[in-house]
Amino acid sequence: MSAEIICEDVSLGYETGIVAEGLDFTVSRGDYLCILGENGSGKSTLVKTLLGLHHASSGKITRNVSGIGYLPQQTVVQRDFPASVREIVRAGCLNQCGFRPLYTKAERERAEQNMQRLGIADLSRRCYRTLSGGQQQRVLLARALCAADSMLLLDEPVTGLDPKAQIDLYELIAKLNRDGITIIMVSHDVRAAVQYASHILQIGAKKQLFFGTTEAYRKSEIGQTFLAAGGAEHE
Amino acid sequence: MNELQTLVDYFVKYPFVRYAFAVGLLIALCSSLLGVTLVLKRFSFIGDGLSHVAFGAMAVATITGLTNKMVIILPVTLLSAVLLLRTGQNTKIKGDAAIAMISVGALAIGYMLMNLFPSSANVTGDVCSTLFGSTSILTLKKSDVTLCVIMAVIVIAVFLLFYNKIFAVTFDENFCKASGINANAYNLVIALITATIIVLAMNLVGSLLISALIIFPALSAMRLFQSFRGVILCSAVISVICAAAGIILSILFSTPVGSTIVTADIAVFLLFCGLSAILKRG
Repeated sequence: MSAEIICEDVSLGYETGIVAEGLDFTVSRGDYLCILGENGSGKSTLVKTLLGLHHASSGKITRNVSGIGYLPQQTVVQRDFPASVREIVRAGCLNQCGFRPLYTKAERERAEQNMQRLGIADLSRRCYRTLSGGQQQRVLLARALCAADSMLLLDEPVTGLDPKAQIDLYELIAKLNRDGITIIMVSHDVRAAVQYASHILQIGAKKQLFFGTTEAYRKSEIGQTFLAAGGAEHE
Repeated sequence: MNELQTLVDYFVKYPFVRYAFAVGLLIALCSSLLGVTLVLKRFSFIGDGLSHVAFGAMAVATITGLTNKMVIILPVTLLSAVLLLRTGQNTKIKGDAAIAMISVGALAIGYMLMNLFPSSANVTGDVCSTLFGSTSILTLKKSDVTLCVIMAVIVIAVFLLFYNKIFAVTFDENFCKASGINANAYNLVIALITATIIVLAMNLVGSLLISALIIFPALSAMRLFQSFRGVILCSAVISVICAAAGIILSILFSTPVGSTIVTADIAVFLLFCGLSAILKRG
């Protein structure tokens, strides 16, 4: 098990103050880490930091991974965007293009393969805005795989999907994880987290509340409290 | 048939009619390219704001009596484009407020300068033709035409070179940043192309109507087409056809060029709205 991301006593913040501190966790190859936390607990800042878009205020982050495929939250602009599925998936290859204006044959093929892998090859000419929420997430997932195929960072991927589509997407992500892709997922959904993830990181009130395997989380006091609360929310 | 004959006569007899066509169609082509990006990024009004800045710069250029007004207009508009984009990211003054501020400010100062230092007896006429481009397209000199062609070629070349990146940055800036693409640099490219297009398009439709030239073809194409490439190609075709139709009609019926072209764009937009409604029902 080689460690791909190591955070050692990391604090995150802006000029206005600290948003989270004492973050201490490791992501190893093939892990499925779920990051849980309420709104305002610093999850999105942590995501930015892991992607290298934001610097930690203190502490040390070691990134031992060639690239991270990112699945951002959907924006308003995208909902009525006139673009075909193929155009969007190919955009994932752009980070290898540099100043070259066109995609190479290999890049176009990688886009096709990733569409096949996620079961959206038959949609490749369809317009993104006419797809269902679950299909749209698959498109963005295929694009993320084009950008980096060893680690994916998913930011609340099931938000806004109906229950069936949520389960489908969770199963798809679990399958990618079984194929050897490291998954980091930000989520609200405690139930799904303990069902699918191998590790849990919980942040709350500006500090780390828990990090460990899912087994340990189930047995921990905090895990039981949140599972009970999360379960009640679902019923 | 008689009208057609007149038109052909004009075309053969007067070089300025040929210039107007060449420049008009090129400008129409350029202005349609970025329309989709500006509409989708919610930047439609940046075009409007910049065109007013270009008007202010034009006023300054007129009173200094420069023969080549571009020397002032282009750099000032490019600079404002960069500033507007930066304030869009800065939260102190929100994007739309900054645009409103700069655009009405430039308009007021431009108009005042033109009145304080009138360069001709007919200030109102000057202002009107700068705002609505009433005749300027038909009074182009050969040097203006050359300059327009060079700028248009640069705009088209830059657009084609960065096409994939412009698409990606328009669709999803966060993903671009995360995968190591310099999204801010491409936003800057978009702003600079927009500014250049606006300076170009002032000749054709005047500074008040530029936004129409930029956004109407894009909005029409978005009604019917399902891919980014399809939308861009369609809006380029719409824009060129409407410009051609507008110039022809304005020569035949002596209407102002700019507003005739924009009216044609509006007609196509309504037509496409109707078509998309029919297609959806069918």
